[in-house]
This record gives sequence, structure tokens and C-alpha cells, in this order.
Amino acid sequence: MLLKNKVVFITGASRGIGQAAALLFAEHGARLILHARYAASLTETIEKVAKVSSISPYVLTYDVKDFPSIKNSFKAIKKEFGRLDVLINNAGVMNESLLGLVSDELIGQTMETNVHSVLYHMQYASRIMMKQKEGSIINVSSIAGTNGIEGNSAYSASKAAVIGATKSVSKELAPYHIRVNAVAPGFINTDLIGHYKDERLEKVIESIKMKRIGEPKEVANVFLFLASDLSSYVTGQVIGVDGGMVV
Amino acid sequence: MNQQKLKSIFAEALGIEESQVTDTLAYNTIPEWDSVAHMALVAEIDDQFDIMLDTDDVLDLSSFAKAKEILQKYDIRFE
Repeated sequence: MLLKNKVVFITGASRGIGQAAALLFAEHGARLILHARYAASLTETIEKVAKVSSISPYVLTYDVKDFPSIKNSFKAIKKEFGRLDVLINNAGVMNESLLGLVSDELIGQTMETNVHSVLYHMQYASRIMMKQKEGSIINVSSIAGTNGIEGNSAYSASKAAVIGATKSVSKELAPYHIRVNAVAPGFINTDLIGHYKDERLEKVIESIKMKRIGEPKEVANVFLFLASDLSSYVTGQVIGVDGGMVV
Repeated sequence: MNQQKLKSIFAEALGIEESQVTDTLAYNTIPEWDSVAHMALVAEIDDQFDIMLDTDDVLDLSSFAKAKEILQKYDIRFE
């Protein structure tokens, strides 16, 4: 068990990569704090976690764009656990739109969800972790952030911003032994790619050197590495999990 | 009691003597209270008083006197 009794907070844990991370971390003995916008959406994750761990997850429900709720959540974490070992900033949105069709509303929603909330979660998590003089923060970026994807300018910009924030904060928090890294998934089998069908899907798979879509657990495995002591000397990095995808 | 507690927190977080912690002690007026130490100070205040300061209050916390004023918003009283 790599995370026995470690307190791990995962945002966006209701499905996809967040759910896979919750299951994997539960198998490794973590005490989970799971976030989703609505409690009902976490039911499946909680049921799956119960099959691999006797520790019931602590649930937090709020919109990550509601910044006072972020603070209240960390207050609750402090009260309930007294510490926080790992934060995974996984919650995010992807709204596809060609540049000419990008609206203020789309930019605002994308940035608030994917960037502002990541900064605020890191801010409050670091306040708890600084006192402990240890911790690991994992931010979910994307191959869109490292390479850009056509029709995804706002999303790509937001995920590139996550990388900048990760590198900057990693430097600020290294003296406190808090490691901050980003993971940049490629094309992963989640709801986010549900609208890719037929020829479009085939074209994307063709662009992946390993010729297959990635699975959420393959991203969660990298989270596990970054969350655990296996990566004790790794900070400020962006790890791609993309099967050699070219975009 | 809270006055002494806060004094100790400042001394500990900034690495200075308690005798240096007076109402006039202000941010960036001594080398020890820089932005990095400020974050350590905030973490220590959070921890010792079991609160979580708002970001606006973190930015406003510009002196020892101001810290006492801000903490009263969190029901921490100073005689």
C-alpha cells in the first residue's frame, strides 16, 4: 500500500479519471475526500470504493466556480482530518468551439472552472500542507495545454495556464517539501470524448503512436506515482499520459 | 491570553524575539517579515486559532495591530 492513511482530496471524482483515481487510491489505503458538484453523482464512485476499502470517503459537494465554497471545504477538511497529504485538481470542463465562435461566457466559464478554481484549491491546500511541511499537489492539464488542439482554444489556453501555475507554485512550495506536478492526459476513454465517433474517432486513434485510446486507470497510475513517496524528488513537472499522441 | 498567543505565533513564524512583536510591527518593515514569511505566518495563525483566513484578510494583514483587528472577525477576542 503506497498511501496508507494518507488524506487525499480528489475534485471531480464522480466519473472518468477522477473515479479511477478514487478507486486506485482506496486500494492503496488512502482516506479519501471526494468532490463532485452534486452528491448523487458520486454514488457510483462511493459504491465502487466500498468494494475495495473499508474506509468511507468524506464527501464534498460544490461548484468549483463558487469560490467561497472552496474555502469552506478546506475548513471542513481541516476540522475533519486535521491534515491534507494529497490534492488532485481534476475537476474541469471542455467546451469545444472554433476561435471565431468563442464567446465571453465560454472563456469565463472555462477559465473559472479550469484555472481559477485550481489556483484557489492550491492556495488553501498549501495553507494546510505548509504547516505539515509535506504534501503533494497534482493538477490535471491536458495534451491540449502542452500542444494545443484545434477547435479547443479556450480549453487549451486554460490547460496551458494550469501548467504555468503548476511550475510557479512548485517553486514557491518546494521549501516546505510540498511537491506540485501536472499530468497531461491525451485521448482518454471518458465522457469528455463521448462525442468522438466513427471517422473522427478513427482519425484521432491514428494520431496515437500506440494506436489505442488510453484508459482512466492509466492516468490514475501516474497520479499514484506523484502522490506517493515514489516521486519524493519530483516537482514542477508535467507528465504526459498520451500513448505517444501527436497533435 | 489571545494577545500573548498571537505574539508567540508572530515570533515563531517570523523567527524574531517576542519583544519585537508590538502593535507597530508591520509587513516588509523588517527583513524577517517578507512575503514568504507572511505565508508561514498565515498558516500558523490558521493552525493555532483553528480558522481559515479569507484571502482578502491575508492581503490586509499588514501589521500586528491589524492582525488583531482581523481576527476579531473570526470571534477571537483581545482585551
